[in-house]
Amino acid sequence: MTCFDAIIIGGGHNGLVAAGLLAKAGSKVVVLEASGALGGAARGHEFAPGYRTGGLAHIVNRLSPHVVKDLALDTSLFTTELAPTVVLDPERGPAVLRGAYGETVDGVTSEEGKAFAAMRKKLMAQASILGRFFAKRPPRPGEAGIKELFDLGMSGLSLIRQGRDEARDFARMALMNVADIADEYLTDDRLKALIAFDAVLGIHLGPRSPTSLLGLYYRLTGEALGHTGGQFVPKGGMGSVVAALEQAAKRHGVEIRLDASVAKIVSDKGRATGVVLASGEEIGAKAIVSAIHPVTTLRNLVAPGEIDTHLSMSLKHIRSKGDTAKLHLALDKVPEFLGVSQGYLKGRLVIARSVRHVEDAFNPSKYGEFSPDPVMEIVLPCLTDASLAPAGGAVLSANVQYAPYELKEGWEAGKPKFLAAIMAVLERHAPGIGASVKASELLTPVDIERDFNMPGGHWHHGELQVDQLLINRPTFAVSGYDTPLEGLYLASAGSHPGGGISGLPGRNAARHILSRRGA
Amino acid sequence: MNQITPTGRRPGDILTPLLETPFHPRLEALNINNDWYHWSGYKAPHSLADEELEYFAIRSTAALFDISPMTKYRIEGPGAEAFCNRLTLRDVRKLGVGRVHYTAWCDDHGHVLDDGTLFRLAPERFRLCSQERHLPWLLDSAEGFDVTITDESTEIAGLALQGPTSWAVLRDAGFEGVDRLKVFQLAEFPHEGGTVVISRTGFTGDLGYELFCHRDQALSLWDRLAAVGDKNRMRAIGYAALNHARIEAGFIVANADFVTSETALREDRLRLPDEIGLDWMVDLEKPNFNGRNAIVKARAKKTLKHILVGLEVEGNVAGPLSLIYHNKKHEAGIVTASAWSPLLKKNIAIASLTRPYGDRITDSLWVEIYALRELNYSKLMKRVKIVPRPFIKLERRGANPPGVM
Repeated sequence: MTCFDAIIIGGGHNGLVAAGLLAKAGSKVVVLEASGALGGAARGHEFAPGYRTGGLAHIVNRLSPHVVKDLALDTSLFTTELAPTVVLDPERGPAVLRGAYGETVDGVTSEEGKAFAAMRKKLMAQASILGRFFAKRPPRPGEAGIKELFDLGMSGLSLIRQGRDEARDFARMALMNVADIADEYLTDDRLKALIAFDAVLGIHLGPRSPTSLLGLYYRLTGEALGHTGGQFVPKGGMGSVVAALEQAAKRHGVEIRLDASVAKIVSDKGRATGVVLASGEEIGAKAIVSAIHPVTTLRNLVAPGEIDTHLSMSLKHIRSKGDTAKLHLALDKVPEFLGVSQGYLKGRLVIARSVRHVEDAFNPSKYGEFSPDPVMEIVLPCLTDASLAPAGGAVLSANVQYAPYELKEGWEAGKPKFLAAIMAVLERHAPGIGASVKASELLTPVDIERDFNMPGGHWHHGELQVDQLLINRPTFAVSGYDTPLEGLYLASAGSHPGGGISGLPGRNAARHILSRRGA
Repeated sequence: MNQITPTGRRPGDILTPLLETPFHPRLEALNINNDWYHWSGYKAPHSLADEELEYFAIRSTAALFDISPMTKYRIEGPGAEAFCNRLTLRDVRKLGVGRVHYTAWCDDHGHVLDDGTLFRLAPERFRLCSQERHLPWLLDSAEGFDVTITDESTEIAGLALQGPTSWAVLRDAGFEGVDRLKVFQLAEFPHEGGTVVISRTGFTGDLGYELFCHRDQALSLWDRLAAVGDKNRMRAIGYAALNHARIEAGFIVANADFVTSETALREDRLRLPDEIGLDWMVDLEKPNFNGRNAIVKARAKKTLKHILVGLEVEGNVAGPLSLIYHNKKHEAGIVTASAWSPLLKKNIAIASLTRPYGDRITDSLWVEIYALRELNYSKLMKRVKIVPRPFIKLERRGANPPGVM
């Protein structure tokens, strides 16, 4: 039997980050990836001849600078410049957030611009308090050491330092819904719609659902190119970020094995000792780091009975059903969006008319129906990197909501109808786009589940909602990256702090494992 | 389902009259005291005629006790052994077919959910008997195992036949081959076209058997035993007598000597196996079982807070629920069961102590007993001595072949 210091299950970005950091610290590490390519949700793929795009993720907006620094990532492989967010409105023209999440806003009145700036300042400050917790293990009650308590105290202090009123306002707002905050600060429906959309993107909530503001905080904890709230479209698609991570991992000596699907985790008397691959091959290791869905890890790969009943049940009850579809269009020319200048097309285009539009799109999904008039976020990655489409052609990549995992009529029947609904929306904003489509790929949560090994087709490996965050992510008993099986650790988006291409769950887990080893 | 009972109440109504066990017609006829108590929703006799005579039937002749209200689960399927092993503390792989063992099970935190007996009726078929009901817990724990779990509490009737002449009763009743049963062994015997499972088990520390059959055969089984009962001085008994005997035998009762983790309302009432004298059951050499991690951790970090001990108490006044003090000053625990032992001619008790009392500190322990004597309390401070359980060991319990001893 081959033996390693650490086995990483899953070659997604968190797996690669964990692998790189453990190898950097001197461990002999192997990454076992079930599919034929690294990257998971971030891997690039060719969805039509000559047309390439990132699998699910298409914008860099939260890649952790800690990860970049610790792994000395070659950012030149993917870095471009900050991209604007363009909220489409065929009648009035777009509202455009420039700089990092609208340091300035174009297309709105100056009063509205000021109002947005005030709201942005408030939300950024509040998000930063939450963000303090993201680059480390969540504070575990009863286990907190001096350092954790100190950090916790400092977070409290930073809150108070901003003044009593700010602290009170944070307490008031933290669990509110985004729609009420939009109404509190803004009057322009385009801006209200944008924050409503951003707050619920990838989450099974509508803007009027309680706690929906948390999604926006989460978004605003991310940073890009040193700007909090910033974003950019990666050169060569999200696959380039994966390439940089792979390069870093390999530099530290990580061995990568593709098409190496793990069938089970071997354990005995409370200790994980290795894995068995689908091929039957057995690999042993002192540490097994699972960078795939925590429920798959603990309820499918680990033998039944190895995890106690309460924990098994609480894992079973984790909400992890995706509600977002991914659309890829192969176009014969670069589409024109009404009122959007050429320069803005390189940014992130958002279709959401109003808070009501987002809420109305959400409502059917509660009852197993897709949105007949969906909201979406569009990127044209080929404008950043022409190599992604054949000469003259274009790639459109969109995250579309809402597309419930469990569609009442079933996705086989529903998918063509949903695609038609999406195309109808696109046609309103980019007349003639339908005729320009040479090929299309619509990934519903069911497709995402199958293609990316993500149970429920959920990006975040579990709903990113208040009851599944911090010390309750994925669930309390396993929120510190440890599991009841000694030597088995969790490191996916299903662990703290959550999904998105940040690398933080992988980094936090690796650091935790290394701190154990030192002890 | 929603039938209205003659009392005008729906089944399951909190005021539903107590249910009657399959043996009720016989018990009712014998219960001259009309002294019933509530056992898992059933009407059960506290005593039938005379508590003392009933106790001495256990120790001197034979006693027949209805255990039908006990919770019983049938666990069967290819995954039954592995399931029982993940559920309970002891290694079920070591439990042979036709054997019974006393065991307990815990939640994730290592807190004891209940104790009970596990019968291995066939390689892939078990019966789990317990005090409390656990079906949701069993079903949740069974996920991933190829096993079917059925609550057979009402379907299966049970009798405990205990005492020195209990084997003679079975012999005379024509249960051929019962003499071959060793302690904790079971076998099936024909009865009225069906079968009765007889195991050499019991809750008295005496020679004794437990009999399980389908409820339809309950009365005929009773009658079959009763027909040879007089000859062997067999007497039907109530719980008071059994309780007396079980204290002598040092057995604990869930929700009397400890609070089960699903019924406990207060956090500090929860108990790990090591805190109620069940540490010997915990088998760390077998595959994972519920609570393993927590128990290992509590042992390693020395966070065990309580300990269950057997006590001999000076004097002859039993003091259930009396407080125990160290140096007559510091509270050290509570007596959960106590009795005058006619066999030992001593006052004995089971007590829960707060460590280090009972663990590192075992001397100078006292019990404060309030003896009620004709509307006056006499406050007694009696010295107690920690002694091993069981308090009594009867050779006839394990004698092979069994006899009239």
